[in-house]
Amino acid sequence: MIIRLPRLRTAVAVPVRTFDRPPSPAPPRSLTAAAMFVAAGVLLPLGYLVLRASQAREGVWDLLLRPRTLDVLINTIVLAVAVGLTAAAIAVPAAWFTVRTDIPLGRWLAPMCALPLVIPSYVGALTFIAVLGPRGYFSSWISESVGISWFPNIYGFTGAWLVLSLFTFPYVFLTVSGALRGIDPIHEEAARSLGKGPLGAFASTTLRQLRPAAISGMLLAALYTVSDFGVVTLFRYDSLTRAIYVQYGASFDRSYAAVLSLVLVTFAVLLLAIESQWRDRAAYYRIGAGVARQRKVVELGWKRYPAFACLVALLSLALMLPMGVLLFWLTRAVERGDDFSGLAQSTANSLILGGSAGMLAAICALPVAVLATRYRSRIGRLVERMTYLGYGLPGIVIALSFVFLGANYAPQFYQTVPLLLFAYVVRFVPQAVGSTRSSLLQINPRLEDAARGLGRSWRGTLWSITVPLAVPGIMTGIVLVFLTVVKELPITLLMRPTGMDTLATDVWTAAGDFAYGRAAAPALLLILMSAIPSMLVLGRVRDVSVSGEG
Amino acid sequence: MVLEMAIRAKPAAKEQQRKPDPGLPPVLEIQNLVKRFSGVPVVDSVSLCADRGEVVAILGPSGCGKTTTLRLIAGFEQPDSGTVSIGGQIVSEPGRCLPPERRRMGMVFQDGVLFPHMTVGENVGFGVRGSADRKQQIAESLELVGLQGLQSRMPYELSGGQQQRVSLARAIASNPEIILLDEPFASLDSALRIRLRADVRQILTELGVTVIWVTHDQEEALSLADRVAVMFDGKILQDAAPEELYHRPVSRIVGSFVGDAQFVPGMAQGRRVDCELGDLPTVGSAEGPVDVMIRPEAIRLTAHAEDVPANATVLSRLFFGHDQLLRVSLDTGLALNVRLGSYGGIRPGDRVQVSVRGAVVTLPQATSE
Repeated sequence: MIIRLPRLRTAVAVPVRTFDRPPSPAPPRSLTAAAMFVAAGVLLPLGYLVLRASQAREGVWDLLLRPRTLDVLINTIVLAVAVGLTAAAIAVPAAWFTVRTDIPLGRWLAPMCALPLVIPSYVGALTFIAVLGPRGYFSSWISESVGISWFPNIYGFTGAWLVLSLFTFPYVFLTVSGALRGIDPIHEEAARSLGKGPLGAFASTTLRQLRPAAISGMLLAALYTVSDFGVVTLFRYDSLTRAIYVQYGASFDRSYAAVLSLVLVTFAVLLLAIESQWRDRAAYYRIGAGVARQRKVVELGWKRYPAFACLVALLSLALMLPMGVLLFWLTRAVERGDDFSGLAQSTANSLILGGSAGMLAAICALPVAVLATRYRSRIGRLVERMTYLGYGLPGIVIALSFVFLGANYAPQFYQTVPLLLFAYVVRFVPQAVGSTRSSLLQINPRLEDAARGLGRSWRGTLWSITVPLAVPGIMTGIVLVFLTVVKELPITLLMRPTGMDTLATDVWTAAGDFAYGRAAAPALLLILMSAIPSMLVLGRVRDVSVSGEG
Repeated sequence: MVLEMAIRAKPAAKEQQRKPDPGLPPVLEIQNLVKRFSGVPVVDSVSLCADRGEVVAILGPSGCGKTTTLRLIAGFEQPDSGTVSIGGQIVSEPGRCLPPERRRMGMVFQDGVLFPHMTVGENVGFGVRGSADRKQQIAESLELVGLQGLQSRMPYELSGGQQQRVSLARAIASNPEIILLDEPFASLDSALRIRLRADVRQILTELGVTVIWVTHDQEEALSLADRVAVMFDGKILQDAAPEELYHRPVSRIVGSFVGDAQFVPGMAQGRRVDCELGDLPTVGSAEGPVDVMIRPEAIRLTAHAEDVPANATVLSRLFFGHDQLLRVSLDTGLALNVRLGSYGGIRPGDRVQVSVRGAVVTLPQATSE
């Protein structure tokens, strides 16, 4: 089977024909049962946290109303808002310059702007600490050469905000540039013909049509920020995820960790719900059938050079700085003759965990996606929503819940690979559902009707028609889950069997020991592993959290 | 099993089957079928039957419920009330439905809907049971539709018309008792459509299989079907042979849907009606105020001459090639469309005599249309 790797979106997106949900009789019982089983699995950690919190000795409300809860919640909100706004402020102009103007090397800059997604944000954070931190390369150089000993403190809000903005702006960039390509410039021309100047026409038509896409991208960036564990921990910024981790470590008060987790989940799910509404609105403005017409390129004149310089500066920070630092560390480590012997084992572990989680997630996603796309049933919609919830369950929350669960009820599974894979599937099954679902929507349901009419049962039809035709989407799901599992940090960290190292945990432990040189090799391997197949992720970024586009 | 007793009739025996043995139940019978989507009835108390070898068309505008009716017959939908029977056995009733795969009905969809990941041969063989003479059956079916030897092609290598032929071959190869056609030619261009239509009709006649044919194209329904059921808003308004339907519609809606129709008020008495076109014979008897339906081609124009007193003036003329449409104004003030053959030199401005061929249909007067 051919897996179509969507290119980085430099070409005009070809609209994909999708088919309406056919009105169908009640879904087969075994299908509903399988889908509900998957949904129950996704709900398990959340349900356990609710139970755990409600059993707290002090009472949930007392815990909830502690001043510390409010503190970390405000910290989280401030960071999420700041990162969302900054990401949009960077990404919207970047998208406009690369898609609509004659900026030099525009065709190359567009995919470059998506590439920071390849760098795990905690790796980015590590390199920023090394350069800009106290006694970092840049700060030392400044204090030695210029004599300024005062330098803004990178730890806390500043660092977390800077790094998260730089590594999440591609979310906004991709949604906005996708929308920019999809919006028919005819409206802008109509506005011009009605007497608006070029800027007025742009502002009154295109910009307004872009708003849902930009907001949807911002909310994705905010959701990422809220769920992020690595960056805030490295910069010691007291947001919810870090507070949960600290609370979990101070093991005398685990109920409070559960309460904080519930606060975090509520916030994340809220963001997720608002995001999906804005995304629906964004889809509204997309042109329907037919290929977008050739757009006129905006000529910037001399202004193209300062614009180009700004984009290059952005990419230097988000791509070249982290890559440069990692390569510098690596060469130094090689010169020193460091021992790389553990690397092969870690790589193998990452590959095996990612691959198995990907396949498990794809298997779990199939009944959910089939039920949701092929039958008009309330239970199908409900099950799909429930699995979608995985996006709103930050890794630290899932990890914590499974650690409690395992320790209390299934000690034989505690810190074993099966439980670890279960946690990965809960966290990432929505990605597999999303890509399988969009693949299923492109299959004409009449094909399945035809097979039924020719004498196949629904099960026979599923295996002979539906699954073979959905292979590209299923494969995409496997690869997406593989990629995210390899980079995943909190679940791996808390749930891996003792002594089982992966590339992500190698980076983390090296960072914890301040042995940055040791982090270079696994970090570069991580980036390499995501970079090659991430053409797929980048082309489908909307699918990562969002379904719909092919 | 009763459902699998697909006895293929020989073409020669066809005329006999047109008048079926009253003791045998019809091959397909649907009774008072109702299907609602979110409370709105899409199929509203539809009854229809088809005898062995009969080609029945369901004709209606888009959204009238004809495709839903077909899907109810095929078993893709469950009725809210009413029944579908095959060979006298109920296969669909509320709460109990034989799944589509056990009905053995070949369905041909609008775009062919070939399985894109299978070759033509695999597509055609998809519904063939048993493997003994599988290859032969595939070859025979393809030959029947005129595509012999294309087994190893992939669907995307075929033209639209060829895809439709393969789709028909696939339905035939599964040896169905009933073939359901859902607007099979709607997406083809008109020249190809006309050619394929004739071919398909001939193939179906040769097979002697029972056919339900859904279309929104009047010409297609009238020219190909033995019987046409006209459907509007989920209801079957008239179920009759094509000529009967065209010349004796039961309502204004049916009359205007199956062809161009114009209505003139008149006063009926017995088998005659008095209207602005004079005193005309009618096909049925009626009393009191009625609407008289006049088809454009039922009007005869005679050029004004000494012994031909004129009663109308030609207003305009649209020449189509194979025929022409003239608009004439009677001296009484009534304007009418008249369809004439390609020949005849009547021009706008000419004085003519208007007369009506044959008996006309009278319909109850429209109340508020």
